[in-house]
Amino acid sequence: MGITFRQETFRDDFSFANSPEHIRRFPFPFHEDSYMYAVNIEPHVAGPKGSVLEHPIDVDEHYVSEMQDRALVLAEDPLRCQSLPHMTLAGWDLLELLMTAKAESYPEHFSLTRDGDRWHWVNRPLGIDDRFTFGDVATLPYGPMEYITRQSQGDFCLLDQRDGNLWMDAGIVTTQADWSLDFDIGMNFFEWHAPVPLAHEKGIFTRALKFLLNVQQGRPARRLNWTMTINPRLDTSPENYHKWGPDRTTVTPENVGHKVHLRVELQSFWRLPRSNGLVFPIRCYLISMDELVTSRKWARRLHRVIRDLPDEIAAYKGLTRYRATLIEWLSAHDDGAPTSPGFGPD
Amino acid sequence: MSTGTTKLDVVVADIVTVNDMVKRFHFRRRDGGLLPTFSGGAHVVVEMQDGDTPRLNPYSLMSSPLDTREYTISVRRDDAGRGGSLFLHQRVEPGQAMVISYPVNLFSLDLRAKKHLMLAGGIGITPFLAQTAQLSAEGGAFELHYSVRTAALASYGGELQSRYGRRVSLYHDDRGEQIPLDRLLAAQPLGTHLYICGPSGMIDWVRGRAAALGWPAEAVHYEHFSAPQPGLPFTVTLAASGKTIRVGEQQSLLEAMEQAGVDPPYLCRGGVCGQCETDVVSCEGTFLHNDHWLSEDEHRAGRKIMPCVSRFEGNSLVLDR
Ligand code: HEM
Repeated sequence: MGITFRQETFRDDFSFANSPEHIRRFPFPFHEDSYMYAVNIEPHVAGPKGSVLEHPIDVDEHYVSEMQDRALVLAEDPLRCQSLPHMTLAGWDLLELLMTAKAESYPEHFSLTRDGDRWHWVNRPLGIDDRFTFGDVATLPYGPMEYITRQSQGDFCLLDQRDGNLWMDAGIVTTQADWSLDFDIGMNFFEWHAPVPLAHEKGIFTRALKFLLNVQQGRPARRLNWTMTINPRLDTSPENYHKWGPDRTTVTPENVGHKVHLRVELQSFWRLPRSNGLVFPIRCYLISMDELVTSRKWARRLHRVIRDLPDEIAAYKGLTRYRATLIEWLSAHDDGAPTSPGFGPD
Repeated sequence: MSTGTTKLDVVVADIVTVNDMVKRFHFRRRDGGLLPTFSGGAHVVVEMQDGDTPRLNPYSLMSSPLDTREYTISVRRDDAGRGGSLFLHQRVEPGQAMVISYPVNLFSLDLRAKKHLMLAGGIGITPFLAQTAQLSAEGGAFELHYSVRTAALASYGGELQSRYGRRVSLYHDDRGEQIPLDRLLAAQPLGTHLYICGPSGMIDWVRGRAAALGWPAEAVHYEHFSAPQPGLPFTVTLAASGKTIRVGEQQSLLEAMEQAGVDPPYLCRGGVCGQCETDVVSCEGTFLHNDHWLSEDEHRAGRKIMPCVSRFEGNSLVLDR
């Protein structure tokens, strides 16, 4: 049985919503009642059926609408997609990874036929049917990275590995939590992480980099990160801050439930075979507070996490303006009962 | 080095004698499919069961990355070595089933380079065979200088010269020929990257001259081909579970615990995530800390160990597991 794709928006009238099944499969990021930065990296192995981890690359009911939103962002601002000249090979690696993963996991929606370097790609949800020569940029309407990531949910950074560091030398970034590819392009792991509070002092980035440099082919890894967004807006970029920044002042006790969204990023790390680079997909999942509190456990836990979050982290994530209103609202959903360990709803 | 890679079940499709010292092994997938794509400079770890002794040796892939129907490696017989090359030369036959690791690349091309200047010594030619195949398909600029003992031992010298013509130069020790290093290093266009694979004396010589002539370290790449570092077997008492276990030469402490039915938490199995951190109850001996998790002070204090990567040598070790 295929996925039923929703027609919805992530701007203007914000018609985005999760179906009940998608609420249940939401990747809730807190395994305990508090939160602190950690090197929370684990092997990217298959998770339970129906979960966002069932397949290596998750496609869900928001796929078609997210791709339409990406096309709108790119039309307004082409610099959201950039690739330095030496990254084309990594782009082909990424194209292969995403096409093969999608065709294998969702044969009813995607298919890939290869005859040597002559490839035939069919993407039914987006109505694409293309034949091209693998490795020959002239046979695709865009560069390989842009071509395939216009058909893939989430942002993608392509990292070149050299001199014992990772360099953000290509990417497509339209669904980001307030950072800019145009600003970060060409930077290394420590440079682009410079704005993050507390984690440098805890040695988290030094250890994380060592891990990433050793990620091996066929052995991807993953971690979850989270923040909050007002309205289900995918494009919360610095470039468009004027459009979404002021939303943070609009939160009231009456509208928390449908305006405030938990935003979870499923980040994964994959060694690329031809270029020996790394790809870092950042897949964004949104859930409104109204949707989230349908799980009693998540409601209790989120209340405690937000209440006890260190101020530096709250400020970095941009929660300061509406944090008190949110805690007040969530407290009505927390009866103080203990929560069970682990991520899942009860 | 390559612990934690996925394994590949292969069969030895062919063994070719290249010269007195070198044999070439062709591996194909046992299930007949394509092998994983790799980049020039990558190696695989070949697993061998030599009597009671498991051996895991890394070898550079020399076949073209554009053709993954088979992987080939070339193995120089090392009569004084730990035995892996002798095992391959003497005990492995065509048709034999073997296990190798996924490819891992610790010697990859810098794809920003305007030109790649490659210096090979002896069997150090193997990664360059794959890299030149990759570069020539992409139209990348390269020049290969290959130093050999004698013409008879110049593995693939002839093939390389017929494939790439004047881009390949050979130097024979027995004819008193030597790579004109200073001249080469001085004559390169801006944006050239230098790659060295060969005996450690050669690597030191080239790196030293390059540094002296002002080459930036980022533009000098060399294959520091350390064979996998297993370590001496040791015995550990697990106080909490009341077990005493033996950690084999080729096994990590974590793997030995798991084999004994004790399952410490883990995430990365690579010494960074901190999950398997284990308290030391008592010890008499020396820790070989290989992790990036504990601080240097903690390493010195010897009260904690990361069993996924670290080892122990000494009389007794008791852990809180
Ligand atoms: C190559 C892979 C990675 C890329 C491309 C990447 C990229 C980024 C970027 C662009 C930011 C936003 C910084 C800003 O405010 O401008 C960020 C934040 C952050 N990154 Fe990474 N990152 C990577 C891997 C990791 C890993 C492995 C960790 C592991 C601990 C990590 C931890 C963090 C943390 C804690 C933040 C702050 C996020 C928040 O509080 O919302 N990153 N990363």
